[in-house]
Amino acid sequence: MLQLPEYNLPDSSGKFGKYGGKFVPETLITPLKELEEIYCLLKTDKTFNEELNQLHKEYSGRPTPLTFAENLTNHFGKGKIYLKREDLCHTGAHKINNALGQILLAKKLRKTRIIAETGAGQHGVATATVCAKFGLKCIVYMGEVDMSRQSLNVFRMKLLGAEVKPVSSGSRTLKDATNEAIRDWVTNVKDTHYIIGSVVGPHPYPMMVRDFQSIIGIETKEQILRKENKLPDYILACVGGGSNAIGIFYPFVNTKVKLIGIEAAGLGLNTNKHSATLTKGREGIFHGMKTYLLQNEEGQVSEVHSISAGLDYPGVGPEHSYLKDDARVKYFSVTDNEALLAAKLLSKLEGIIPALETAHAIAYLDYLMPKTTHDEIVILNLSGRGDKDLNTIKEKLAL
Amino acid sequence: MSGDRIVSIVSNYIKKKNEAGEKVLSVFLTSGFPNKNNFVKLALNILDAGADILEIGFPFSDPLADGPIIQASSQEALKNGINLQITFKYVKEIRKNTNKPIILMGYANPVLSYGIDRFADDIKSSGANGVIIPDVPIDEFDNFFNSSFDGIDKILLITPTTNEERVKEIDGKSSGFVYCVSISGTTGLHNIDKNLELIQRNQKLVTKNKMLVGFGISNEDDIKKYIPYCDGVIVGSAVIKSLMNENKNYIQTLDLVKSLKTATNI
Repeated sequence: MLQLPEYNLPDSSGKFGKYGGKFVPETLITPLKELEEIYCLLKTDKTFNEELNQLHKEYSGRPTPLTFAENLTNHFGKGKIYLKREDLCHTGAHKINNALGQILLAKKLRKTRIIAETGAGQHGVATATVCAKFGLKCIVYMGEVDMSRQSLNVFRMKLLGAEVKPVSSGSRTLKDATNEAIRDWVTNVKDTHYIIGSVVGPHPYPMMVRDFQSIIGIETKEQILRKENKLPDYILACVGGGSNAIGIFYPFVNTKVKLIGIEAAGLGLNTNKHSATLTKGREGIFHGMKTYLLQNEEGQVSEVHSISAGLDYPGVGPEHSYLKDDARVKYFSVTDNEALLAAKLLSKLEGIIPALETAHAIAYLDYLMPKTTHDEIVILNLSGRGDKDLNTIKEKLAL
Repeated sequence: MSGDRIVSIVSNYIKKKNEAGEKVLSVFLTSGFPNKNNFVKLALNILDAGADILEIGFPFSDPLADGPIIQASSQEALKNGINLQITFKYVKEIRKNTNKPIILMGYANPVLSYGIDRFADDIKSSGANGVIIPDVPIDEFDNFFNSSFDGIDKILLITPTTNEERVKEIDGKSSGFVYCVSISGTTGLHNIDKNLELIQRNQKLVTKNKMLVGFGISNEDDIKKYIPYCDGVIVGSAVIKSLMNENKNYIQTLDLVKSLKTATNI
């Protein structure tokens, strides 16, 4: 797997600068160390990588295309927009890249039971899928609010043989589902592997999930060099926990490509109904990591909001916190409404219905494209497809 | 750490009790729960009923190591506006009327947000003696607890997944006592299969500190099983649950504490 020269994070204690680490109850330290050991061993193991690549190719449908979005480009009349088509992955989003990697690890660790948290349900579906394929028991924790707005994905998980456990604590969304998954792991640590769905949580997860997702960026680099014979000028991705963004950014961290992450501004940054962690949050300790966090002045975690369940999270991957402070990546945000309109725009112009998460990155093109010059290349990570969001979009958009 | 050179009030207290033929009972209360107005009185009554050590939990919105009961009490406390400032006020009042050890327990983020140095200063000035932060394991210990924590006991946990080498390391870093978690799981999870062998192993490995056993201890029978292999026990969820089920005078809860204390006297 990819190791970048000159950028060698996290360090041996799992820190990206001051962020990251292992802020978890003692019970989880030993399984985290076991996971780190086996991962570091397998990361460079030829057989493991061949097996994973084979699954990417034959099961998941990789490499995903890098599509030139001609109509969208013409719409803005400037620059040149490419879409990295993670929506075409098996199960409909980039989440499968990580689920496949981690299920192979779970097999090596001889775990028989898999747990996962899910927000939009895409990670839950990806985990249920790999558990079905590899014959492991699967339990997915999901907030009750998310279960109702992503009911189709709940059914998909059940059809795939997973048990979906509703979470009724707190804001009943992704944050609370993650709490319950961690509590389950503390209790059933002997036979259970926890497949975290984003670049969040204690070390080694942020590093491991990044590595599994960096296949997006590795492919993108090859593809754009083949098509344009040069690197892009901009890469754009939405950021909730931040796994699709890190996946496409990471192989470009040491280049001059401008990297932009888009968070969810919900009903607006001046309201308390958003989940723009890097824009409005401050340093905190949450879900096992030190990272930017949306919290009140007493350090209680905020109940956040986004129209897209996958971005509805008060924390963010610690590497994004580092990259923000380092100014290597710029982070902005767009509102629920802007995202909805962007979903409509892409559907009409390119015949691609994006996930509402992804639609946040698309919406930012309105701000970015006027600033580009004619031959500047913009690559947008189209992290998932919008089938799961049709109910939400239908409610909000009159056609 | 210079904390080692200062005699720990907590460990000294446990030692004296043990020498007098008693094991200690540590009782956990959620700050300001169930009633923010008579919490100080409740805490003093709990101490009078036989608790040797008082652990006061300051609430956090996302308590990862806690089961449903303490989660619920934390939520309730937050709803009632309980925070660290109010908690320190409680400690100050309780300290006026007792010499028994008082320990604060809670998660890292409210502490970080309050200011780590300010938190340490207020522990000292309020008269508390120690702190338990379950999401700061030894791996993050040195980064989190700076020199302003000198003189404050930093109590660390060992669990069924902690290997021998690590138990020794934790014993080395911990002060006041070592908190031996009897089960893999969250607080309040009742343990059917008592893992006595593990507790016995830990008792042999923990040599620097006194060792108290906690998590899932809810009645006299539980205590009697563990007490030969430790220096005391910690009860949290069972007390909180009892408080949830009664109002005003908390007579049943005080009776529960009395009976738990009787069980620690072997």
